[in-house]
Amino acid sequence: MLKNYFKIAIAVLKRRKFFTFISLFGISFSLTIIMVLTAFSDHLVDSSYPDAHRSRNLYISMMRLTGEKHGFSQNGPPSFYFLDHYVKKMKTPEKVAITSFHQPTNTYINNKKLTIDQKFTDDTFWEVLDFEFLEGKPYTRQQIDNAERVAVISENVRRKYFGDEPSVTGRYIETDNIRYRVSGVVKSVPITQFATYGDMYLPHTLGKRDPQDKGLNGDYFAILQGKDASSLPAMAAEYDDIIRRLPIDTSRYDKISSRADKYVASYTRLFIGNQDDSGLNRLLLYVGLVLLFFLLLPTLNLVNINTSRIMERSSEIAVRKAFGASSGTLALQFIVENLILTVIGGLIGVVLSFIVLAIWNNSGALEDVYLYLNYKVLIISLLVCLVFGLMSGVYPAWRMSRLHVVTALKTY
Amino acid sequence: MIHLQNIEKVYRTDTVETQALSSINLNVAKGEFLSIMGPSGCGKSTLLNIMGLLDEPTRGSIRIADSTADKLSDKQLAHFRNRTIGFIFQSYHLINDLRVLDNVELPLLYRKSTAKERKQLALEALEKVGLSNRTKHFPTQLSGGQKQRVAIARAIVGQPEIILADEPTGNLDSAMGSDVMDILIRLNKDEGTTIVMVTHDENMARKTHRLVRLFDGSQVQ
Repeated sequence: MLKNYFKIAIAVLKRRKFFTFISLFGISFSLTIIMVLTAFSDHLVDSSYPDAHRSRNLYISMMRLTGEKHGFSQNGPPSFYFLDHYVKKMKTPEKVAITSFHQPTNTYINNKKLTIDQKFTDDTFWEVLDFEFLEGKPYTRQQIDNAERVAVISENVRRKYFGDEPSVTGRYIETDNIRYRVSGVVKSVPITQFATYGDMYLPHTLGKRDPQDKGLNGDYFAILQGKDASSLPAMAAEYDDIIRRLPIDTSRYDKISSRADKYVASYTRLFIGNQDDSGLNRLLLYVGLVLLFFLLLPTLNLVNINTSRIMERSSEIAVRKAFGASSGTLALQFIVENLILTVIGGLIGVVLSFIVLAIWNNSGALEDVYLYLNYKVLIISLLVCLVFGLMSGVYPAWRMSRLHVVTALKTY
Repeated sequence: MIHLQNIEKVYRTDTVETQALSSINLNVAKGEFLSIMGPSGCGKSTLLNIMGLLDEPTRGSIRIADSTADKLSDKQLAHFRNRTIGFIFQSYHLINDLRVLDNVELPLLYRKSTAKERKQLALEALEKVGLSNRTKHFPTQLSGGQKQRVAIARAIVGQPEIILADEPTGNLDSAMGSDVMDILIRLNKDEGTTIVMVTHDENMARKTHRLVRLFDGSQVQ
């Protein structure tokens, strides 16, 4: 039976080459977009170098101070003082890493400007994250306390600044007219990993901040690392408790809000959310709408094409019914045919996705951002194919199965 | 084998009501070869479609092969047609995308049978109509007579008790029409298949056991 359906499906595809092309193009193109987007979101969301333990980490990246009486509102990353003074002392995390957001500086190599993104960190930063040291080692707590001008640089900066030199540990690198001694070189992190990306990592004591400033807002964030994923609720609760009990300077503001979030929520809170809403639901809604859009277009296209094809095949439908096919069997046949079409489109989509990802990975459009078609993406894509097949086949199949035999025979 | 009692068929649209058949009482015995004649539009094909359970009468009852066809579900009707009735159409209605062998196997797809059994039975049916050398051809590569012989093979492959043929020679020249008629006569004689055939051709009708004439939806002979 299936062999017969397959033969018919292939014959129908061959018979109407233009419609087949339109259908396959619609499916494969949409699928390619979905797969590339999925690969990209996979890259953003999944644990990846060097932040390999996201499932047991919480991130504190925003703090909002509101003074309704004074019409005052300040929203931004927390200060080093706050994180060091309150968060570092938390009991539920195993470790707390503090780091700044990256800040651009400039240097010149052979009269050519090179932008180097600096990131100021504490020593725990190197323990919480699994950086791969290509040479040298991270700076120590002692060096941080002494505010030594030492730096860990990325592989990219080593190549751009020092060329092909085999080892640069102990050498000096100058940026914004300040010289730093290279303590180590790490494998580069793509800019999409906001928590860990940097070209040059420096002791937080070298950061431009007033040691006497006890303000709550600044330009740092913290990574809280628990023993395992089950530690996260307790860590979040302890942090909420800290925020509740934080002394408030009532002359300026009357409310402080800040949350310890999982990675994705910290990301969305940073870019599209606020203190009361992580923005994750909104992001999921946007992603859902985009996916729906890309799914709906080829589906509607296929529904349209398939429905018009029914009339072309009315004789076949009538003959099958006359010789013993029930409406259900016919509907099943049509859905199977449609699934064959969508699976072929899906396979073309997979091949196209490989090509697009290969082009992306070779283009260097975003340095160190390599996208891969992993099994998870592949399974999602195949499921999407099945959804295509079912969604676009069910209605035409229903129409077809209701076709009256006598009418269908007369129209031939 | 086929018992029609007070069969009426009325086609209704918003403004027009057309009486296609009225008070048809007809019995077809097992092993009989019956032909139905009448002018165009007299209801011959409608009657045949009702006998084949492809269409429902507005009134009246049908018994076929000792089964009452009323109130059968879509699935039961499909099963009944598959087991009991084979159809031959004037325009052949072969599936052009399938090869001859696949076309002939079609009724067997809706039964529990293996691919090997289906192929064996289809080859036997094609042998009976003298087309065993055309199994891999597509319908578009055949003449009209050959197409109709493939359609006959498809109708008999499931060894139905009844064959309903709607002007099976209508699109063929006299030589090809005679060939097709000979096959039908042989089937009726050798295998005892009950055949009801709609035709316009007196000569063909004369070769059958009995002739029924219709005029304006009523039986006149």
